[in-house]
Amino acid sequence: MTSILDVKNLTLDFGGLRAIDHLNLTVNKGEIAALIGPNGAGKTSFFNCITGIYKPTAGEIFLTCRNGEKERINGLKPNLVTRKGMARTFQNIRLFSSMTVLENVMIGCHSITHAGILGAVFKDAATRKEEKYIVDKSYSILKTLELERFVNELAVNLPYGAQRLLEIARAMATDPQLLLLDEPAAGMNPTETRRLDDMILKIRDEKGIAILLIEHDMKLVMRISETIHVVDYGKKIGEGTPEEIRNHPVVIKAYLGEDIHA
Amino acid sequence: MNMPVLNEIKKSLIAAIWFMFLTFPIMVIKVNTITRTIDWRWKNMMYTGIGAFFLSAVWRYMLRRKEKNQNALEKEGLSIVQKILQVKTFSIPATVLLLIFAIVFPHLFSMHQTNIMISALIYVMLGLGLNIVVGLAGLLDLGYVAFFAVGAYAYALLNLHFGLGFWTVLPVGGFLGAVFGILLGYPVLRLRGDYLAIVTLGFGEIIRIILENWNEFSFGPAGIANIPKPELFGLDLSLSAKTIYLYYIIVLLVIFTVFVINRLTDSRIGRAWIALKDDEIACQAMGIDKAKTKLRAFALGATWAGMGGVVFAAKTAFINPASFTIWESVIILCTVVAGGMGSIVGVICGALLLILLPEYLRDFGQFRMITFGAVLVLMMVFRPGGMIENVRRTYQFKTGETNDIHS
Repeated sequence: MTSILDVKNLTLDFGGLRAIDHLNLTVNKGEIAALIGPNGAGKTSFFNCITGIYKPTAGEIFLTCRNGEKERINGLKPNLVTRKGMARTFQNIRLFSSMTVLENVMIGCHSITHAGILGAVFKDAATRKEEKYIVDKSYSILKTLELERFVNELAVNLPYGAQRLLEIARAMATDPQLLLLDEPAAGMNPTETRRLDDMILKIRDEKGIAILLIEHDMKLVMRISETIHVVDYGKKIGEGTPEEIRNHPVVIKAYLGEDIHA
Repeated sequence: MNMPVLNEIKKSLIAAIWFMFLTFPIMVIKVNTITRTIDWRWKNMMYTGIGAFFLSAVWRYMLRRKEKNQNALEKEGLSIVQKILQVKTFSIPATVLLLIFAIVFPHLFSMHQTNIMISALIYVMLGLGLNIVVGLAGLLDLGYVAFFAVGAYAYALLNLHFGLGFWTVLPVGGFLGAVFGILLGYPVLRLRGDYLAIVTLGFGEIIRIILENWNEFSFGPAGIANIPKPELFGLDLSLSAKTIYLYYIIVLLVIFTVFVINRLTDSRIGRAWIALKDDEIACQAMGIDKAKTKLRAFALGATWAGMGGVVFAAKTAFINPASFTIWESVIILCTVVAGGMGSIVGVICGALLLILLPEYLRDFGQFRMITFGAVLVLMMVFRPGGMIENVRRTYQFKTGETNDIHS
């Protein structure tokens, strides 16, 4: 198996607080991996770190880019990380509120298109073709995620679950190799979560996109992920298949606390 | 009489009494220094009271009505003006009529009127340019007049030293505006909101102070005179013909501006601006280069100011730093805010009203500032979105438009 993301000894300090402590993590091509841990364990900080929103204090991050080459992406700006093939969603939904559903996804296409000022003003054939490509591609992504009935709706008017899916759709429009999902099921009801399961599997199977997700819904994590990484206080305390994690003593301790009768 | 009305009247009465008390020292007491007596002008107090009572009542009535209207508006979604603007059968003939009016204008009215119209249209252009920066990209720029100055001085100086004509300098002025836009934009990339406003305000003042003090370069406060008007194939035109010619040039430039900004709004770049305004972090996570997008907004906004400056220098034939004070920046920003941020029609109406009204109401010149302030306060209370609020034209997807592609 070739890896797509290699994180080695990643460390992030906020002043005297160590949010991430020598974390190692690998995501393979076409894999669905999950990152779990108690609240405040440093999961979202980890995402922010590898996507360039935070600068890591120490450690190395390697991403296998679209052209198949492994590149070090420490300290790259978020937009360049996205261009290299890693897209993300946000824990607190960050959709473009004044735009429609389709336009939100169209923004996602920004990194793979090129039209400039002159193209915008003169609307030459190439620009028109590109615009059409953007629209078609965005619509087909919405279809994959079964959001096409909302296409002209303003993003803010969507139900919560659909907004989460739209975030995924928008990230998919950047043509990622690896998709980082930050609590995609937060605030969803069980039926919606079920649908999300299928959706994530579909994205992986149809598009071959590897997925790394942060999630608190253990049912979802256990059902779809192939590898689970557990972090607590910024340290990795466990890694393995769902079965292994379920029976991992350290993980159980971190989640449920020390068993005083034991 | 029902209770709410009575209640409102009571509130207005209290306001009137409070006002009478507040203005007592200045409105009622008058010291006569010659006879060393005090005149008690109780009549004034009565006028103040009655005036305050009625104004307060009107104010309350308007606020009530606004609340009601807002509820109705939320149900319908759009106001009447916006609906009219969207109806093609109305908007196309209206545009044509407006164009015809613009063409015959200098022949119908005097040269004085034409001159006033030229300066109003220059402000329309400036407003539209600033609208890119403020309305679309959401970057509050208070030093916009600096780019206007750059354009004006570019024409004046290039003409003085190298004898370059209007048509050569027009694109140069636009280009220089863009360059200065990037120069200003680069250091303020990290700033937003209030901080950005303060830095841009400083930048505007810096340019003006440089122009005022660098005598060898800009001739200081004395300014530059005898700037020629544009020429038409070397014909020797009379002054009025030259003015009319300049009028047509600015009309064309405004049309050009509207066309370009319209296209930009609907493009990949325009979408990136709006996304940037909505959420910077998400925008970057989508692969949009924040720095590049902001610089593009600054540069494209400043381009129009630069060209506007060239036209301004040609129109007035004399420029000095006094024409480029912070006050101009504020007026331009007011035209954008009062007209309707992001709305092209709104900004045009705003600029025309804010520039033309003071011109025609010159007799009331002493009340200009107070009216200006009052109008802005009223606008913010009753129409915070501007005269013609922007309804962003969203991309409307029609089913069957796509031929499914699989990426």
